[in-house]
Amino acid sequence: MTTTKLLKTAGLVAVLAYASSASAQDDSQLVINGEIEMITEVATQDYIGGLKTAYSGWRFRNSDMQAMQLDDFENPAAIAVDEGLASWSKVDGSEGKSCASCHEDLEASMAGVRAVYPKWNEEAGAVMTLASQINNCRTEQMGAEAWKYDGTEMTGMEAVISLQSRGMPVNVAVDGPAHDAWLKGEEIYYTRYGQLELSCANCHEDNADNYIRADHLSQGQINGFPAFRLKTGGLVQVQNRFKGCIRDTRAETFKPGSEEFVALELYVASRGNGLSVEAPSVRP
Amino acid sequence: MADNVKPKVRVPKTASAGEVITLKTLISHPMESGQRKDGDGNLIPRSIINRFTCDFNEQNVIDVTMEPAISTNPYFEFEAIVPETGAFTFTWYDDDGSVYTEVQEITVG
Repeated sequence: MTTTKLLKTAGLVAVLAYASSASAQDDSQLVINGEIEMITEVATQDYIGGLKTAYSGWRFRNSDMQAMQLDDFENPAAIAVDEGLASWSKVDGSEGKSCASCHEDLEASMAGVRAVYPKWNEEAGAVMTLASQINNCRTEQMGAEAWKYDGTEMTGMEAVISLQSRGMPVNVAVDGPAHDAWLKGEEIYYTRYGQLELSCANCHEDNADNYIRADHLSQGQINGFPAFRLKTGGLVQVQNRFKGCIRDTRAETFKPGSEEFVALELYVASRGNGLSVEAPSVRP
Repeated sequence: MADNVKPKVRVPKTASAGEVITLKTLISHPMESGQRKDGDGNLIPRSIINRFTCDFNEQNVIDVTMEPAISTNPYFEFEAIVPETGAFTFTWYDDDGSVYTEVQEITVG
């Protein structure tokens, strides 16, 4: 009889364990520091073909990892954000300027910026990401050397700028002059790359919420980037993540900062239009 | 002195008398163990925070000795009973002699 009881208990534990593993369809609420309410689920726009509802990557994580993002004290990205904050007011380059020299107050000047990037830049005649805009400022305004596109300094700066838009809905423009780049991004998204012949859509659209071996596939939304990845123990820039994904298909990847990745970033961001900016998020 | 050392603490603003509260602390520090070698094979000298203390109104709450095997950015979470209104003083002692202090007040009502 004891054995039966034990078995029953074991069965119950198994059921409970199953129930607590997160699925995008559960209704977890993401509220950071008990005050910033995040939108983690939103109906997609008509121009997104195969996706009806956009879910933030947070919804696919297990409850322990979800909890790390609920409180800024638990969020390991905080240290990288502090470093970004330090470089915001650090003078660099021949002009003797820092970011703060022109933009002054970080909170006021950068609120909402992350939500609309990548964005068409009339002067450059191209779509610019937050990173390319930062480097543009560095080389044109500060007379400083450009940072490595997906390096530590850049990622920290992106994180601290993104933080000012936290909780605001992603709203990148897909029409107007940016439309060509968006179309190119869409094409890349649905193109199969590498020896494994996988497109972004094969995993993140066709199989989102399924498991790829031990990993729970999300929709690949980028509203949480730069994200703290527990795998690397540091902040990861979105195009660095793209590179990792394409490498895993055993393909030659595009370079972070390349035209292809900028187009892809714009397209993927548009798939999550309406989700809250979560950066810096915590991801596996 | 190690660069970018920044202590952070989380203390509730209010509590009731005798309540057990949770304190969280984090300090960014490279915690160089003294075991590693640089590109030329020379030992990188040890540079860690070797002691961490927390006091409440002059009374010691916790006193920790840290050794080189501890990770970067050491995080401590512990509990304390607050009998009265006062201030928690957190102190970190660096190998190089630097002392980092953070004070947080708590109101018992």
